[in-house]
Amino acid sequence: MPAPITLQVNGREATVTAEPDTPLLYILRNDLELNGAKFGCGLGQCGACTVLVEGQPVPSCVTELQAVVGRPVTTLEGLGTPDNLHKLQRAFIAEQAAQCGYCIGGMIMEAKALLDRNAEPTDPEIREALSAHLCRCGTHNRIVAAVQRAVKEG
Amino acid sequence: MATTLTRRGLGAAAAGLTLFFSLSPAGAQTALPGSLQTNRRLDAWLRISADGTVTVFTGKVEIGQGAVTALLQMAAEELDVAPARIRMVSGDTALTPDEGFTAGSQSMEYGGTALRYAAAEARAILLDLAAGKLGVPAASLTVSDGAIAAPGGAGTTYWAVAQANSLRREATASVAPKPPGQHRIVGTSLPRLDIPAKVTGGAIYVQDMRLPGMLFGRVARPPSYGAKLVSVDLDAVRAMPGVVAVVRDGRFLGLVAEREEQAVKARLALQAAARWEVPAALPDPARLHEDLRARKTDDTIASEKRGDAPAVARRLSASFTKRYIAHASIGPSAAVAHYAADGSSVHVWSHSQGVFPLQRDLVRVLKLSPAAVVVSHAQNAGCYGHNGADDAALDAALLARAVPGRPVKLQWMRDDEFQWEPYNPAMEMALSAGLSAEGRIVEWTHEVWSNHHNNRPLNPKEGSNLLASWHLAEPHPPVYPRALPQPAGSGDRNAVPLYDFPNQKVVFHLIPEAPLRTSALRTLGAYGNVFAVESFMDELAAAAGADPVAFRLAHLKDARARAVIEAAVKLAAEDQGELPRGIGFARYKNLSAYVCCIAEVALDRDSGAVRVPRVWSAVDAGQVITPDGLLNQIEGGIIQAVSWTVKEDLPFDVKGILAKDWSRYPILGFAEVPKLRTAVLNRPDEKPLGAGEASQGPAGAAVANALARALGKRVRALPYTAERVKAAMA
Ligand code: FES
Ligand code: FES
Repeated sequence: MPAPITLQVNGREATVTAEPDTPLLYILRNDLELNGAKFGCGLGQCGACTVLVEGQPVPSCVTELQAVVGRPVTTLEGLGTPDNLHKLQRAFIAEQAAQCGYCIGGMIMEAKALLDRNAEPTDPEIREALSAHLCRCGTHNRIVAAVQRAVKEG
Repeated sequence: MATTLTRRGLGAAAAGLTLFFSLSPAGAQTALPGSLQTNRRLDAWLRISADGTVTVFTGKVEIGQGAVTALLQMAAEELDVAPARIRMVSGDTALTPDEGFTAGSQSMEYGGTALRYAAAEARAILLDLAAGKLGVPAASLTVSDGAIAAPGGAGTTYWAVAQANSLRREATASVAPKPPGQHRIVGTSLPRLDIPAKVTGGAIYVQDMRLPGMLFGRVARPPSYGAKLVSVDLDAVRAMPGVVAVVRDGRFLGLVAEREEQAVKARLALQAAARWEVPAALPDPARLHEDLRARKTDDTIASEKRGDAPAVARRLSASFTKRYIAHASIGPSAAVAHYAADGSSVHVWSHSQGVFPLQRDLVRVLKLSPAAVVVSHAQNAGCYGHNGADDAALDAALLARAVPGRPVKLQWMRDDEFQWEPYNPAMEMALSAGLSAEGRIVEWTHEVWSNHHNNRPLNPKEGSNLLASWHLAEPHPPVYPRALPQPAGSGDRNAVPLYDFPNQKVVFHLIPEAPLRTSALRTLGAYGNVFAVESFMDELAAAAGADPVAFRLAHLKDARARAVIEAAVKLAAEDQGELPRGIGFARYKNLSAYVCCIAEVALDRDSGAVRVPRVWSAVDAGQVITPDGLLNQIEGGIIQAVSWTVKEDLPFDVKGILAKDWSRYPILGFAEVPKLRTAVLNRPDEKPLGAGEASQGPAGAAVANALARALGKRVRALPYTAERVKAAMA
């Protein structure tokens, strides 16, 4: 039985009992029952599992549990709730920027990190920031429009 | 919102229906519109509850296309209730009508039509009840959000008058849905129901299901289709931490563990523990099209027309090819299965596009009675056709059977999806045409070779199209459906030109034997055929010295077709640019939405890389239910088709599929997606047409024609990857 590990997720402490090399994604999804980060490839190639660790976007599928001890983690759920939406979430709804929506959680987290370091990104800067994220439905332009709307509406 | 009853029932639509119904033979069932024909009871579609809610049951499912929201709009419109009152229940073998597959862009046409008639009739029944209660004629009543008002101020509500048995009767389709001029909800962009949860981490996908005591499953597939399992040591895997069960049945291998990461590790160990003999059974990829052409074919004539025409002055012919394309869903297939503790029944949650056909295959493979297998739809990432969804459902059930009483969530890994999903078939299209001295097409032939485009589960008496069933110790033979005939077609979909040619012949050479597993991807054969037809139209226009747009219009009588071409040309003309442009047009299936695309291409002459910076398009999908949803589908389809066209070529060698992750199957990314402008031609008096598959063929063809202009030379083999274009330039 591995020793319990405490981590900080969305401003709260959580203690889990899992091997230290467990991908953070499975901890978030299964132990903490957070749906925002998705399993897409498990290889760091698609961005569906993106969360923020100390404000930086990382693929949680290839980030080990032990690597985030003492480092605050933020997931999609940590941005806002249906009753209290974050401006990015509001903008994604306003632009109807989803088809299947499977990639969208990762996109929003990446956009959050972008806006935190650059409050008024240009269209190419948004595309550059999102370039590691895959979307198979072809929702890209709406995603960019949603980020632009969040910038505008603040 | 207040409307009166008098608007209904007496219009041209009702007269047309009467005529239609009177044609059905005496004693036979009345023909009912859309999916009502096969699900005839009103209470199969609608429930009006005393608490002021309406439940709508639909056999169609949400696969990211917004269908369930559009269906809700149609029901709300006919019932005159606010959309927020409606709860949608979709795709459940225990609860909803059986509407077959959510595929072929038919949800609006079949599912929507059924709901419209069912809701219109339900409204009339409720108004009759209210009229009796209030002692006034039904025709004098108005409805607003379920509140019924009589002249003079008396009133009641749907919720007060509806009895448990009010809708317990067969539909008659005798109440015509509202004429489009009275639509208040249909035709507006109601925000999608599912998006708020999707942007806030709500539990919405099958992967988000968490049942008490749930375990995690993984499969360890063979390394190739024909691999033989020489030996496998299961004991070491059984001893791994958290492993609850290891399943081997024939060459099906899988396991169940307490925690997901334990299942992932155990899968790696199981793969390492298995020794396989891998035959060199696939074609040499460099000779793929020759290999396919050498196989036996079942030939059908898709179209043949002979007419008077001027003599042929000049003949052209050209052969076009496309290779295998993967669905490449962003979320690999998954399912949850839960066997009863005594093993007598199973409940499966799947993102299948057809929970009813899937259920029938599961019944056979699991050797359970139909009543003992329930399949409920739960979303996953977009599938765009027949991906691994159904296969994962069987995998989950086979694993759950080993741990009765405990639910199992089965997740395919990325490589499971790339290696085992059924691909969109490789195709070859050989076209020839004769031009008259005046430069008109007087003869046209199109021959297409392709494997089956649809190998979904389909409820035959024996066999199964679920992957794991082929690998069991007692394997089930795969079942090949008959190819869907024209006018919809399958591999020959859109091979019959919409253009008016006096003489034409279109032949479909179906190749039953498939070296790679294939099935339905958006458009079936239409993407390949439209690419060929529209490329060849440009070649013929050039030979005739004509402008490609004028040349198309000169051969096209269909007024709606002409209008979308003209609209796309006009839209593109609003934006200046130096880059070469190309056009592509089709009416999907020759029955569904019309789309014309104009694409511009930027060619990097050093690397051969093709970029598509902008695409302009116009669409006529008949009556528009949800304008924003329509745009989302058309634009998503264009981007996906550009990706197919410039990037995608499933890599394989004689021993197996080489794509295991995104590095060997790149798709279009943010830096490369075109900017889009789209004109929608709304036709409120025409029936609504699905649009999820309408733009791919025209978009691919437009890129092909733009590239031909950029290169000064035509490349007739897809895809236009940098290496292939570079080679073509040499
Ligand atoms: S799932 Fe983590 S990058 Fe794809
Ligand atoms: S919306 Fe489906 S993958 Fe992006």
